[in-house]
Amino acid sequence: MFVTQAYAQDGGTTEHLPSEVHGAPETHHQGSIAASEHGTGFPPFDPEFYPSQILWLAITFGVFYWLLKTVIMPRIGGILENRRDRIALDLEAAERMRSDADEAKATYEQELAEARSRAHSIAHGAKETAREDAEKERKRLDTELNARLDEAQIRIAGVKRSALGEVDQIARDVTDTILREVASIEASQDEIAGAVAQTSR
Amino acid sequence: MEHDPTDPIHQFQITRIVPIQIGDWDFSFTNSALFMVLTVAVTTAFLYYTTRGRGLVPSRGQSITELSYEFTANMLRDAAGTAGMKFFPFVFSIFMFVLVANLFGMVPYFFTVTSHLIVTFALALLVIGVVVGYGFYKHGLKWLMVFVPSGVPGYILPLVVTIEIVSFLSRPVSLSVRLFANMLAGHITLKVFAGFVVSMSALGTLGVIGSILPLLMTIALTALEFLVAALQAYVFAVLTCMYLNDAVHPHH
Repeated sequence: MFVTQAYAQDGGTTEHLPSEVHGAPETHHQGSIAASEHGTGFPPFDPEFYPSQILWLAITFGVFYWLLKTVIMPRIGGILENRRDRIALDLEAAERMRSDADEAKATYEQELAEARSRAHSIAHGAKETAREDAEKERKRLDTELNARLDEAQIRIAGVKRSALGEVDQIARDVTDTILREVASIEASQDEIAGAVAQTSR
Repeated sequence: MEHDPTDPIHQFQITRIVPIQIGDWDFSFTNSALFMVLTVAVTTAFLYYTTRGRGLVPSRGQSITELSYEFTANMLRDAAGTAGMKFFPFVFSIFMFVLVANLFGMVPYFFTVTSHLIVTFALALLVIGVVVGYGFYKHGLKWLMVFVPSGVPGYILPLVVTIEIVSFLSRPVSLSVRLFANMLAGHITLKVFAGFVVSMSALGTLGVIGSILPLLMTIALTALEFLVAALQAYVFAVLTCMYLNDAVHPHH
């Protein structure tokens, strides 16, 4: 205790303490140098302050432990828990939104496919109708044209027949005229007609 | 207060601030006690203040708090499993207390609480006391099986058990001396080199030029000491976790 006395004096508070703590009369050294030169005055090994250090460590560490356990750590733990929950919730929401989006996409694609097939069938039907109409129209025109053609041929045949008939008449008239004028032969109409018919055969 | 400014031991000196005497015991409020109180107050205030916003997206300070919280939680879970998590407040208090006390020691004129063997020894005894107390409370006398490793042949068992007991008893010593010696030696070294700068500068121009070397050394050592301060707090906490694992799972 004697050597450590010097340290106590360095603190400048020794004189406030009861003298029985030190067990030695107040002896003034030259401060810490003098004490450390004695070789045993190394403060960390000085038992003088052991009780004080242990007591204050117990008080401060006890209070620290109690504060952390009851106030600080529930607080931090709560924050972390809160964040974990929030992240889980957000992930869940994101997952839900994604499934919604997938569903919407599936519906959309289905509707698109339906619309496409409907459009296809409409186009097909329209094409079919148009084709049928065209066919009908063509047939109608065909028959009409055929009818006109037949009519025309009949007319042509009639014209041709009447023309041929007229040619016979002309031939008979020419023959009659030639016989009368050139040969001065008076032939009957029947004979001329028979002769003309004989040559044109 | 007259003392040599380059004396490396002076920084460890304890002085009474409020003398308290109870019976034969001296429970004075000293500079050591002051820095214990400061350590606790500053740490608690920091942890409380940074979490005030309870931010979903943490602020910078809140990140530090959360990181230290989760760092300690992972450390304990890795060492002692989920069953060890009931000691989380204890380990977190020890880690934060030692860490902040060590870092406070790095501030000039601040007292380093952990540079006194009695403080680190008290903390180590507390750890071992919790281990032994919880071990007996949870497992009864079966907890003593922690000294009997399984799979050891019977004839060397007495030797192994003796070694296990000795190593267990030396834990509080090694735990406390490691932290204490690191802080003490680091601060002494730092002070010695810083002292060189002062005493060489007093020798004139050549001395001032020469003092650049210890100055650079002091700067490097300061960085190293910050590392040591954090590292030793981590080591103390990790070993606490591993010892607590013995209390939770005595069969290894």
